[in-house]
Amino acid sequence: MINVVFFAQLREQLKTDQLQLELSTPCTVADVQQALLDNHPQWQEFLANRALMCAVNQDMVQSDAMVNDGNEVAFFPPVTGG
Amino acid sequence: MTDSSNVSDSHSDFDFLSVQEQDFDVAFEYAQLRENNSQDGAIVFFSGLVRDFNQGNDVTGLYLEHYPAMTEKALAKIIEEAKSRWPLSRVRLIHRVGQLYLSDQIVFVGVSSSHREAAFEACHFIMDYLKKKAPFWKKETTKKGDWWVESLEKDEKALDKWQDQ
Repeated sequence: MINVVFFAQLREQLKTDQLQLELSTPCTVADVQQALLDNHPQWQEFLANRALMCAVNQDMVQSDAMVNDGNEVAFFPPVTGG
Repeated sequence: MTDSSNVSDSHSDFDFLSVQEQDFDVAFEYAQLRENNSQDGAIVFFSGLVRDFNQGNDVTGLYLEHYPAMTEKALAKIIEEAKSRWPLSRVRLIHRVGQLYLSDQIVFVGVSSSHREAAFEACHFIMDYLKKKAPFWKKETTKKGDWWVESLEKDEKALDKWQDQ
């Protein structure tokens, strides 16, 4: 089971803040993204955004990063704090 | 919602990191950097405020969302990176979340060092990295509606100057 979380504008666009995915692991963040699109084709225009950032277990990573069972994968827009 | 702690065991007991809804007192933070600290000749701090214009006009306030499980971890990494680059004795970093209004304080970064160059550069570095690496998002409230602030290319470029060092 992978826990997927969304933040900020992306969370509003998807109308979802978190969900669980059953995927065979290890896989990559890109695989998680593809599984989300397979389950929710209407998310294409928001999730396919190249500017999106991602994190695995709260560390920012690129989309080729590995994901293991029990990990938390986060997707979010570029950050704007400070 | 208050989540504060010393940065990590390997760091100075004087380091402080907090992600919080409540305001902070710059005089108190400055005093914490200075107290019982005769080794340091320099303190540099930055405070960031909510201003009345941005990508939209007539900003009346902003809401700061964050990723609670990740925020503190990301900020601790930035502090750790700054301490690996400059000889800093103390680092204090506070970032507020939730609803803020005009002129409210958003962020405080304060560092102390033996010498001013290290203190100036490290404070600047921490702010530049925070703006690109810490999971915060601003939603502006304006008289014409609310919208998410877009990230800026200039903030991305701001990181470049630290890459070669």
